[in-house]
This record gives sequence, C-alpha cells and structure tokens, in this order.
Amino acid sequence: MTDNRAEKYKKVAYYPGCALEGTGHAYNRSTKEVGKALGLELEEVKNWNCCGAMEVKNVDPKVQTYLSSRVMSQAVNEMGHSVVMAPCNGCYHNLKKAEFELKNEEGTREVVDRISKKAGHKTYQAGEVETIHALDWIKHGIGEEGLKKKVSKSLKGMKVANYYGCMYTRPRNIFPEKDKGPGTESTSQPHFMDDLLAAAGATNVDFPLKTACCGGAHTLSDSDMSTKLVLNILKAAEASGANVIATECPTCHTGLEMHQIRAEKRFGVKTNVKILYFTQLLGMALGLSAKKVGVHENMSDSFELLQKQGLA
Amino acid sequence: MRTLAQIEFLVEQEADSTPQAAAKLYLTLGEEVLEHWLTAHSHKPTQLKVEGFRLLALHKQSSRGDPSFNACRETCRELVYHYNLIIATPDHPEIRTRLMMMRLVASHLYYFVSGKMQNAQLGEFCCSSRDLRLEQAS
Repeated sequence: MTDNRAEKYKKVAYYPGCALEGTGHAYNRSTKEVGKALGLELEEVKNWNCCGAMEVKNVDPKVQTYLSSRVMSQAVNEMGHSVVMAPCNGCYHNLKKAEFELKNEEGTREVVDRISKKAGHKTYQAGEVETIHALDWIKHGIGEEGLKKKVSKSLKGMKVANYYGCMYTRPRNIFPEKDKGPGTESTSQPHFMDDLLAAAGATNVDFPLKTACCGGAHTLSDSDMSTKLVLNILKAAEASGANVIATECPTCHTGLEMHQIRAEKRFGVKTNVKILYFTQLLGMALGLSAKKVGVHENMSDSFELLQKQGLA
Repeated sequence: MRTLAQIEFLVEQEADSTPQAAAKLYLTLGEEVLEHWLTAHSHKPTQLKVEGFRLLALHKQSSRGDPSFNACRETCRELVYHYNLIIATPDHPEIRTRLMMMRLVASHLYYFVSGKMQNAQLGEFCCSSRDLRLEQAS
C-alpha cells in the first residue's frame, strides 16, 4: 500500500460507538488524549448510531449492515471525511463487514438503499470511506519513529502481553489490507499494538493467546465457561512473564477485568496481571497523567504497578 | 477417545511425566477435543495430517461450513508450535514454562470447543458466520 496515510490520518472521523460511552469510557478518554498529544485530530461522527453489534446481526444481518453503513454515510456525506476511525473491535469489525458486503452483494445493496431512502439520507456506497482501527491510526498516522520522539516517560520495565481479541482479525476476507507483507497487519499474528508499545519502551512478551476467544458472547448463557476462557488468557499472560495485559477493545477489556474478579470469587483463583488499554499505556508514555488517561476508571487497579514504574 | 470430563481433568493439572510425553499428551487431548466436535456433528474424524499434524487436519475438517469455528484456528496452531518447541528442545531452561503454556493453550481449545457444543453461538460474534445465517433465513 502506498503511503499518504500519515497525511490522510491526521484528521479522521471518529466513531466511538456505544461501549466507549459506557464501560469503555477510559478507552474513549485515553484515545482522545493520545490523539491530542500526537497531533492527530478526531472529529466525532455527527449523530452516529449503533453499529448493530451482535444483537441486530443475529436478527437480520442486512439491517445490521445498514446501521453500519449509516455511520459511514454520515462521515462522508455530512462531514466530508474519507477515513472513519473506530477504536472498538466490534464497531471496527462491523463497519469493515458492511463495506465488504456492500461491495460484493447486490441483495444487501438493495436493502441498504431502500432503508437509507426511507430514513432520508444519502445511501453509502462501498469505497467512499476507509474504516481503520485506533491501532492503524497511530501506527500509520505517526509511526514508531514519530512516537519515539514524543515519549517522555518510557514504559521500560513494563512487560506487556498484547491481547487483540477475536474480532480485530476475523474473518480474514473483510480485511483486504491485512496480510500484505512487511508493514501490514497480520491476521494470524497481529503486531501493531506490540510495535507501538515497544516504541514507547515496553517489553512485549511472547503470548500464545493474543487472538483467542474470551468467551464474551457466552457471558450471559454460561458465565463459568467465559471465566475459564478468560482465566486461561490471564494465566498465560502471567506465565509469559507479563505484568500487564494491553487491550484494544472495550468488550475484551471489560471481559478480562470482570472475569478476573469473578475467577477469584467463583473458583478461588487469583491472578495479579493488570489490564490497561494500549492508549492508556501510550498516553502515560507521552507524559500524560494516569488520571488524564482514565486509569481510575478501570476495574483492574494498576496504580501500585504504575507508581513503581514512575508512570503514576 | 477420552470423555470430555476426562479431558477437562487432564488440561486442568500439570502432567506428571517427561516434557516430551506431556507435550504429546496435550497435543492428543487437542485432537480428541476436535474428534468430539466432529463426532457430535455426525462426521468421521479424519486420520489425515496437515503440515504433519492431525490436529490441523481435524481443525480444517471441523471448520468446514462453520466459519465461527475459525476462532480457534490460532489456538490449534499455537498448540502445534509449542509441541514443536518442546520436542525440539526438551532441555531448554524454560521447559516448565513452555509446558505450562502448552497446557493452557490445550485448555483454551477444550473450553472453546466444549463451550460451542453447549452453545453454537460462541465465537459467532467474532467470526460472523453470515453464510450459515443466510441459509437459515431462506
């Protein structure tokens, strides 16, 4: 891929999605703060709606595609943006999936066009915007070298297990820009978060469950199963030598935090690894205070570790 | 083939054997987990190998027609990776950690697949089995 992305990603449409206004508030806050510190501008999508998440998708996948397409339509037609940045894996996944289906399925295009007309807005056409994740935004908008220059408090001493979750890379066919060789993201061994945190001074550990299922979809139907899946992720991170798990999705983050507590209460298994959004770690490396990046909003209490590292 | 309960018991505790024997056990447990999935879906588990491993062939067979099953593709690959790592360097100073890691990966595969056997929706959010749903809707 040719690179005008540093320029293109300087100012993007920002789609926080529902989770970042609720349980993932710290991710919202830290993403915005990191953007400011790096000179990358975010303009929130006007009057955005839910991406359809899994609820709508399970009722009617085409309606879910419409909902995601409306967000992209707002960005391009109401605000003139060509890039939408979605930090939530669920939103990112759904917008990418909508893009893929609108490009490849006539039936979906017809449904989306019909609902868009009924809703009174311009129908989104495939290819009008590029949907990116917060990781793409920083990786290509500023890059590791650019990031290194701005680091004032190195993450040296932080041993990080990078947990990408399942939706960031699956299914492969909706991410045509991935797996294109050097400089692109890998769907089997994602590394953008590793790259950025290493640039900020952290040591990334070899972590075998970086894209493993956290059982999120199973939380309500079988909480014990979800807890056991999360427990494996936590234990594997600790066995890898990590003192922190870095996350890049509000659903994964909340799942890890919640089930870490539940594992102790339900199964008597205590794990000590801390859980932080990668944007919180980057923010602190850029000299922002722990409070500014919302560390106090996390369930996982990492203040002691951060103080030891001179970050809080 | 062991029962799922026996598999759960074995992946929940450290194997009391040599590193090579333990690695072989965890790999076999992974295969047996997938055999359970296939048998429950009225398929005969393959004896073929992919890249030298039956586990990878079984995963390929299991995910045919069920894209959500791909949520454990990397888990199977990590199991194979750790097996190779342990078999190739059984005297490595980190061998105990590697074994523990392999056990956790095997355990993850067990919980994911047995979870899907209780609720097929597990893994669907991430892997979006669109084709299957469209098929059901028509």
